[in-house]
Amino acid sequence: MTPVLSVQNLRVEFPTRRGILTAIDDVSFDIAPGEVLGVVGESGAGKSITGTAIIGLIEPPGRIASGQVLLRGSRIDNLPPDEMRRIRGKRIGMVFQDPLTSLNPLYRIGEQLIETIRTHTTLSESAARNKALSLLEEVGIPAPDTRIDAYPHQFSGGMRQRVVLALALAAEPELVIADEPTTALDVSVQAQIIALLKRLCAQHGAAVMLITHDMGVIAETADRVAVMYAGRIAEIGPVRDVIKQPLHPYTRGLMGSIPSLAHDSDRLVQIPGSMPRLTAIPSGCPFHPRCPRAFTPCPTFRPELAPEQKSEVACWLYTAFPVTAAAE
Amino acid sequence: MLAFIIRRLLQAVIVMLTVALIAFTLFRFVGDPVNMMVGIETTAEERAQLRQDLGLNDPIPIQFARFVANAARLNFGNSYQFKTPVIDLIADRFPATMELAFASAIFSLLIGIPMGVYTALHRRSWRSNIFLAASLIGISLPTFLIGILLIFLFPVTLGVLPSFGRGEVLRLGFWTTGLLTTSGLKALILPAITLGLFQMTLIMRLVRGEMLEVLRTDYIKFARARGLSDRAVNFGHALKNTLVPVMTIAGLQLGSIIAFALITESVFQWPGMGLLFLKAVQNVDIPIMSAYLLLVAFIFVTINLIVDILYAVVDPRIRIDASATA
Amino acid sequence: MTTAAETPPEVLMRRPSRLKAILDSDLIYSFLRSRVTIAAAIVTLVIVLGAVFAPYIAPKNPYDLTQISILDSNNPPIWMEGGQAPYVLGTDDQGRDVFSTILYGSRQSLAIGLMATVLAGILGISLGLIAGYAGGTTDAFIMRAADVQSTFPAILIAMLIDGTSRALFGEQRNEQIVFWVMVLSIGLSFWVQYARTVRGSTLVEKSKDYVLAARLIGIAPMKILFRHVLPNVVGPVLVIATINLALAIITEATLSFLGLGLPPTQPSLGTLIQIGQKYLFAGEWWIAIFPGITLAALVLAVNLLGDWLRDALNPKLR
Repeated sequence: MTPVLSVQNLRVEFPTRRGILTAIDDVSFDIAPGEVLGVVGESGAGKSITGTAIIGLIEPPGRIASGQVLLRGSRIDNLPPDEMRRIRGKRIGMVFQDPLTSLNPLYRIGEQLIETIRTHTTLSESAARNKALSLLEEVGIPAPDTRIDAYPHQFSGGMRQRVVLALALAAEPELVIADEPTTALDVSVQAQIIALLKRLCAQHGAAVMLITHDMGVIAETADRVAVMYAGRIAEIGPVRDVIKQPLHPYTRGLMGSIPSLAHDSDRLVQIPGSMPRLTAIPSGCPFHPRCPRAFTPCPTFRPELAPEQKSEVACWLYTAFPVTAAAE
Repeated sequence: MLAFIIRRLLQAVIVMLTVALIAFTLFRFVGDPVNMMVGIETTAEERAQLRQDLGLNDPIPIQFARFVANAARLNFGNSYQFKTPVIDLIADRFPATMELAFASAIFSLLIGIPMGVYTALHRRSWRSNIFLAASLIGISLPTFLIGILLIFLFPVTLGVLPSFGRGEVLRLGFWTTGLLTTSGLKALILPAITLGLFQMTLIMRLVRGEMLEVLRTDYIKFARARGLSDRAVNFGHALKNTLVPVMTIAGLQLGSIIAFALITESVFQWPGMGLLFLKAVQNVDIPIMSAYLLLVAFIFVTINLIVDILYAVVDPRIRIDASATA
Repeated sequence: MTTAAETPPEVLMRRPSRLKAILDSDLIYSFLRSRVTIAAAIVTLVIVLGAVFAPYIAPKNPYDLTQISILDSNNPPIWMEGGQAPYVLGTDDQGRDVFSTILYGSRQSLAIGLMATVLAGILGISLGLIAGYAGGTTDAFIMRAADVQSTFPAILIAMLIDGTSRALFGEQRNEQIVFWVMVLSIGLSFWVQYARTVRGSTLVEKSKDYVLAARLIGIAPMKILFRHVLPNVVGPVLVIATINLALAIITEATLSFLGLGLPPTQPSLGTLIQIGQKYLFAGEWWIAIFPGITLAALVLAVNLLGDWLRDALNPKLR
């Protein structure tokens, strides 16, 4: 079955006056229809850029330097702007982190919903309004017929994010990219929104790319998870496997640093050091300076994603190191 | 909302009183009012009598109260130069300045806003660069220099458009207008451009700056992510959000146009209030100076008030209490 | 942290000098990259040098009545018919050499402009610090005053002060007083922006813990604020200062043009333009146009430098 989304060897660069910054480098993954793929990693790992690149909203001078993005088998990364615009909203939806700044404060939410609906369908004004009302009901806004004429600042954070979800799903996209959808929300509301997201996408048959740094959310919601580090994917596989039996030392470090209720510990396990800045990515495997299991090939040769059990992992611990491999 | 208006009104009154205090101080203490008013032949006794009659020996607070009461009734005394009531002199010249101010305000808005939008949307085009360069020149040239250059270019070199005066004016009730005669309109062009050029470049840069800020916001990003057309994003969303703060600043600018008109009136000998004030400063005609001060303050304060209320009307965040949250 | 004694010699040798650090900085980089800014800096430098060395460069001293000959008045520039040396750019209606008057006039304009800007800066920064630190009624009072003043354009305020001085000192004000009246009136019109910016920074710093701690120890908080607020504020203040300088020069020129500034015996650029306006129709354009170009060039250059400074110091654009 053709995956909804197929990202192949994607590389995004930002030319700066100090040289070219590579934000993501050789990133590849697929998302199956209806699947929820979690993309997890620390700040600066490149998760958001990946999402922005897929939907074609990288601001110049940043650009997709190489690689492909395929939506249901056809390339979308090289489309002319007009065609890409038609895909946005209609086939790929995106939700951002801060619901307060995601909505135009000067327009009622009804107006914003109707505008989106009418951009992608041929519905009349009143039909669009009805659809907007049903969307608001779906996302759980109480008394939608009165709330539809309210302004964004009249909603609480959680309610606003529901409106944002309604807007993203208004045109029935096949893929929803959710970039840290709950980070700006109260903890009590986060779970509701994630559950809502999952339910809505399941009902509408949309796949989800859920970008977050919160492993707990991934564990609850995702089918598969990709772990990103310094602009590359370190490990990708089914959620259960990656969490229970992390393969990549970085993932292992991440899992180990989550405090557990199951057993007591004296201190939280920390991965020593911090993720390198994009201007100073180490040669070879970018994690090697912090890796407890680094050995001979790691500082010089960069590992590629290779299948290992049910996942894929980019680490020399699992891939046979080719003797005749040339240096990167 | 009502509380908001009342608070602003109170602030306005305080500002006016402060200005009145300054005007009063000017009026009463700078130079000797009596000596300025009378001729050399007046004897010392007559002067003392005049001083008594004018109430200049009363306690200061009473004099101030009298001053404010008089001002409220538009009684500013007589001009030292012309010996006629100040209010008549000002009323006579008021229409000229107003017409000039409005003409230049319209000019600056009609050209400044579109140029600002264009340079924000097409950041790297050569036309934008030219506009921006022109705007920099517009901000750097003093108003009077613009007037001189325009005079040099059009009346002197090309022989078109008058270089001074208001042309023919028609009297409508208490208002005199130059808008209904060809010579009046022709005479309005150069002064309006001179006065409006600075404002126009200001507005253009303002619109550009605001729009660039707005284009960077999350809601614009989200609008694009929803697949809205460029037109909807740039004009439906970005422009509307840009114009709200711009409108307030533009409104405030209208006030300063009325004040800057003074310079333009001087260059083109335009018979407005500004020219009157200028002559008053040169001849130390204090009653006119303090009256002009109060009048300008009043205009500013009123415009500020209107703009604030307008802002509340247009921006729903201020208008509607955020108490109605779900 | 290693002390100087512990730093290994190799590190010491490799540490770049302060000068190199400044040269490498973003500021200088963006300066050198922009040809326009370099051009602006050159123009400013030329005019400033011309003004400073006016007595040595100018063929004649236009303020010295003995050097002016009314017989030479209204001469055209040297390349036109009727022009004669040493009046390179022609003469005005009093027989003054336009080129020399431009040099001396620029001197006045720059002097007044700079001093007025410095005055406004000192006044504004002090008031801002006081308002921010003292809070309460002092703060409210100063800010109200700022609000009232900012409803008026600077030119009106300057005119008012000038008019008042005229009334106080009578018509016989000599040139010295006029000079300082202009500095005072322009300076007093522009303090508000500095005050607001500095007050904002002061308020932010005042609430920080280290200020509280310092007060507990007994250090005068004003000293603390000076040391911590001022460095934060240097950037925006510099930007405000360059904009103010341009405005101050414009204001001075305008006041002179209106006849409220320097006396006609010591004309500045504005005065020359006013004189020249009368002769435009007579075809004697050089009296107004050359000073006009100089004034425009000067203000434009200062504005460009201000623009560059603002972009270079803006953290958002880096």
